Amino acid sequence: MPISRTRPAGSPSSPDLAVAGKALAAASPAVREGGAADAIEGVTPAFVASPTSTEEAAALLRVAAGHSLAVVPRGSGSRLGSGGGVAWGTPPARADLVVSMAGMDTVLEHAAGDLVARVQAGTRMGDLAGVLAAAGQAGQEVALDVPAASTAGGVVASALTGPRRLRYGSPRDLLIGITIVRADGTVAHSGGKVVKNVAGYDLGKLFAGSWGTLGLITEVTFRLHPLPGARAYVTASYSDAPAACGAVAAAAASPLVPSAVELGRAAPGGPLQVGVLLEGSDSGVAARAALMAGVLSSAGTIPVDVSAETPGWWPGAPATAGGTLIQVSFWVSALAAVLATIDSAARSLDVTATVSGAAGAGVVYVELPLGVPADVAGRFTGELRRALSHERGGVVMLAAPAAVRAAAGEHGGMTGPVPSARLMRAVKDQFDPGGRMSPGRFPAEGA
Amino acid sequence: MTVDQTATATAAAALRARMTAISGAANVITDPLELRTYECDGLTSHRATPALVVLPGTAEEVADIVRTCAGHGVPFVARGSGTGLSGGAVPHSEGVLIVLSRMRRILEIDPVARRAVLEPGVTNLSVTGAAGPFGMFYAPDPSSQVICSVGGNVAENSGGAHCLKHGFTVHHVTGLEIVTPDGELTWLGDGTGVTSGYDLLGAFTGSEGTLGIVTKIVVKLTPVPETVHLVLAAYETLADGGRAVSDIIGAGIVPAAIEMMDALSIEAAEASVACGYPTGAGAVLLVELDGPAAEVEAELATVRDLCEKAGAREIRAADDPAQRAGIWKGRKAAFAAVGRLSPAYIVQDGVVPRTALGDVLARISALSAESGIRVANVFHAGDGNLHPLVLYNDASPAETEAAEVLSGQILDTCIEYGGSITGEHGVGLDKSRYMPKMFTAEDLDTMQLVRCAFDPASLCNPGKVFPTPRLCGEVPGHHRGPHPAVAAGQAEIF
Repeated sequence: MPISRTRPAGSPSSPDLAVAGKALAAASPAVREGGAADAIEGVTPAFVASPTSTEEAAALLRVAAGHSLAVVPRGSGSRLGSGGGVAWGTPPARADLVVSMAGMDTVLEHAAGDLVARVQAGTRMGDLAGVLAAAGQAGQEVALDVPAASTAGGVVASALTGPRRLRYGSPRDLLIGITIVRADGTVAHSGGKVVKNVAGYDLGKLFAGSWGTLGLITEVTFRLHPLPGARAYVTASYSDAPAACGAVAAAAASPLVPSAVELGRAAPGGPLQVGVLLEGSDSGVAARAALMAGVLSSAGTIPVDVSAETPGWWPGAPATAGGTLIQVSFWVSALAAVLATIDSAARSLDVTATVSGAAGAGVVYVELPLGVPADVAGRFTGELRRALSHERGGVVMLAAPAAVRAAAGEHGGMTGPVPSARLMRAVKDQFDPGGRMSPGRFPAEGA
Repeated sequence: MTVDQTATATAAAALRARMTAISGAANVITDPLELRTYECDGLTSHRATPALVVLPGTAEEVADIVRTCAGHGVPFVARGSGTGLSGGAVPHSEGVLIVLSRMRRILEIDPVARRAVLEPGVTNLSVTGAAGPFGMFYAPDPSSQVICSVGGNVAENSGGAHCLKHGFTVHHVTGLEIVTPDGELTWLGDGTGVTSGYDLLGAFTGSEGTLGIVTKIVVKLTPVPETVHLVLAAYETLADGGRAVSDIIGAGIVPAAIEMMDALSIEAAEASVACGYPTGAGAVLLVELDGPAAEVEAELATVRDLCEKAGAREIRAADDPAQRAGIWKGRKAAFAAVGRLSPAYIVQDGVVPRTALGDVLARISALSAESGIRVANVFHAGDGNLHPLVLYNDASPAETEAAEVLSGQILDTCIEYGGSITGEHGVGLDKSRYMPKMFTAEDLDTMQLVRCAFDPASLCNPGKVFPTPRLCGEVPGHHRGPHPAVAAGQAEIF
C-alpha cells in the first residue's frame, strides 16, 4: 500500500521540521535544505546532510531518530534517479533527510600485501580502481563490474553486479568488513580486514542488497584480486536457442575457468550472442581462448571470434535507458525454457524485449523500451512469473517508470513472491522499528 | 520428590512421548549412558548431557520437533557429525539435541546448473564423490571432510586448506531449506545465487546453529581443475618462508593453498608418518596451484623462482595425485603428530593480516619462551590463518593454566594486529568470552538484532557465540499498529 507524503515537498514549513532542522545543524555543519537536484522521483527531501565521518553520520541519525525523520542514504544517486531519472526498485515514499555520502570519499587503507582495501562508503569505485591499479607489480582491483561513478556503499547496498559474478560473485562475496549506523544512531561493525574470519554474525551479508532500508553504510572493506595481465573475449552467434544455451552451459562448466559467460539478444527471435571472458597471463589466456573457441563452435559448425577488445554487445553491469528493466534468475539448466518464455511473452504482447546478462551464472536482464504501455509491461512481467519456476528462480523488476511499477501491482509487484518474506520483515523491524530508513523501499515490501 | 521435580519429570515424559510419536522410539534416546555419547563435539573440553536426543528422518520431522520444543519453551541444539572445534554443538543440559545424521541423502545433482541438493547429514567429501562423474567437485574442504556434515559446514561457514582461492562455504551455498526457531519450514535463497530481498542465506551461513536448523542445502559444484601442481620448499627459518609467501602474492598469483609448518611440527610429522620432509628444516612451505594447464605451468615457474630467491634450501614439485598426497601427508598429519609430543594440547585458531605473519610468529615464539610452554605452528599462510598448537601436561594444574593463558595471549595478539579470534573453527561456546575483545558492545548488540528476528525466545542453540544474550523485547508480529508516519499525522495511507 503506497504511503503518500502530505507535507509540502522541499520546504521545512512544518514546525516539526523547523525544530529538526536546527537540531541537525547542531549535529553537523554540513546540513542544507533539499533542492530540486535532490528530488527522488518528485519527492524533495527537507534536508540534505553530507557527513565527513561515521561519528558525524551517527550524530545526524540520532537527531533524525529523535524527530522521527525519514532517512534516505545516498551514494552517487544513480539508483535513486537523482537528476530527474527513474529510481531503481521502489523509490522511498518519504525523505525528510537525505544523507549524502559525498563527503566520505576517502580510501582509508590499501593493504596491497594483504589484498584488502578499506574505504569510506562514498568513495567512487572509479577512484578506488585508480588507486588499486597502481599497486604492486600487477595492480589490484575490486573484481566487480560496476560504473566508475558508483560509490562503494551504493554498490554494496544495491548488490548489483555485472558479467564477472560468475567467477567472483556479487558485492557480498568481496565484502569482508562493514561499518554501519543504525536507524537510532548506534554505530556497529562486523567482519574486519582479514579475508578468513568467522567471528560473529556477518552483518555485511545483510546490508548487501538492503537498499538503504536497514541503516546507513559508512565504511566497507573489500578483498581484492590481482589485475589480470591479459583478457580475451571468445564470442559466437547462434541462430537457434538450444545451441546457444548448450554453449553457455558448456562454457560455464568447462575447466577453463571463465570469468564471465554472457548472453545477448537484441530482438525476440533474433540471433543469440554468447561471449566468454577469460582472464589470466598472456600465454595462458591465448591457450585457453583457443580451447574455449572449440567449446563454442559446436563441433566446428559455428564461427567463433577471439579478441582482446570488449565486444560491442557485451552487457556490462545492468543499466536502463528509462525503460523497464527486469531481472530473471534461474538454474542454468532452465535457460532454454527461460528464453522461450521471454520470447513467447514478447510475441503475445507484441513488445520488443532485449535480453542480456550473465546467463552462465543464472541471471539475465530483460529490457522493455520506454514507449511500452505500462499495462503491457505489467502483463509481460506477470506472464514471466506465471510461466517460470518460483522455487528455482525469480522475476524482479529492477527499475521501471512509475506507471509501470503501479501496473505491476496486480502481477506480483516489483519482486514477485520472495521466500522467507516473514523473516525479512522481522529483520527490518529489529533494525528499523520506526520504519524510517528509506521507507517503502524494503525489497520484499510487496511480498 | 518435590513438586518441581515431579513437574519436570512429567514434562520430560511428555516431551519424550511427543518426540517418539514424531520420529519413532528407535530414534529417540533417553538412556543416560547413551546420552553421554553426545555430550561434546570435537572440542572435548566443553561437555553437557542433553535431556533427550532425537534423530529425525525428514525435514517435516525436524519442524515438528522444533515446534514441540518451542511450544514447551525447551531449548534445542542441532548436531551434524559432531566434528566442530569450538563447542558449537554442545547440548543444552535441559534441552533436546537434534542429530541430523540420518538425513544423509544426496537428493539431486544437476550438472548443467552445476548444483547439488543435499540433506544436512551428507558428508562433505561424499558430495565431491557424487559430482566426480560429471567432472565437478565441491570446493570447500575442511580437514574433517571425510566425516563432517555439510549441514555443519553451513553452520560454521567452513573453509579448508583451499579456501584461499576457492572461497568458504558461504560462497558455495545458494539455497537453504531451514526450520525456523518457531518451527516453520522455509527457504532462504532459491539455488540461483541471485538474491531478492535481504540476503538471509548469507547471514544464516556461519551463524553457528543459532538461527535455525538446516534441512536441505543447495550447493554450487565447481569444474575439476585441469591441472594441479604442488610445490614444497624448505627454509632455514619461518621468516624466509614468509618472504616467499609475500613474493608469490605480490606477483599477482593466487594459489589454491599456501601452507606452512615450523620445525617442531615438521619433526613431529616425520616421527609420526615418515613424510620425508627435508630434515632439519626450520620451515616447510607447501604451495598448491590449480587451474587450466596453460596458466598453471606459467605460475609454477614463477613460484619455483620466487621460492628459490627467498632462500629455499630444497624445492620439490609434484603433479600426480599420488605424489601430491605423499607431500600433503605430513601437513595433514601435523595436528595429531604434534599431539603425540605432549600429554595434552590446545589447537588455537586465529587470523592475522598475511603481512603481519612474521611479527606475530615472533611474538608467539617470545610468549612461548617466557611461559615455558611449547608451541608448534601449523598455518594457512596464504590467508594468515594460524593454528598454533599449545603443548602442555594436563596432569599439572599450573601448566594447564599457563597453556590456557598463552592460548588467550595468542588471540590477543591476533586482535592487536587487526585480525580475528577465529578463521574457521567458530566461536561456539569456547570463544564467546573473547568476542568483547574483538567487537564493541554495540557491535554485539547489533548482531543480536538478527538473532532476535529469527529466535526471539532464544531457544535455538542458546549460550553460543555471544557472551551476553540480548533481550529481544516485544516480539514483532504480522499485525502491526498504524504506520508511525500515519500515527504522527505526517502521512496517510490510501
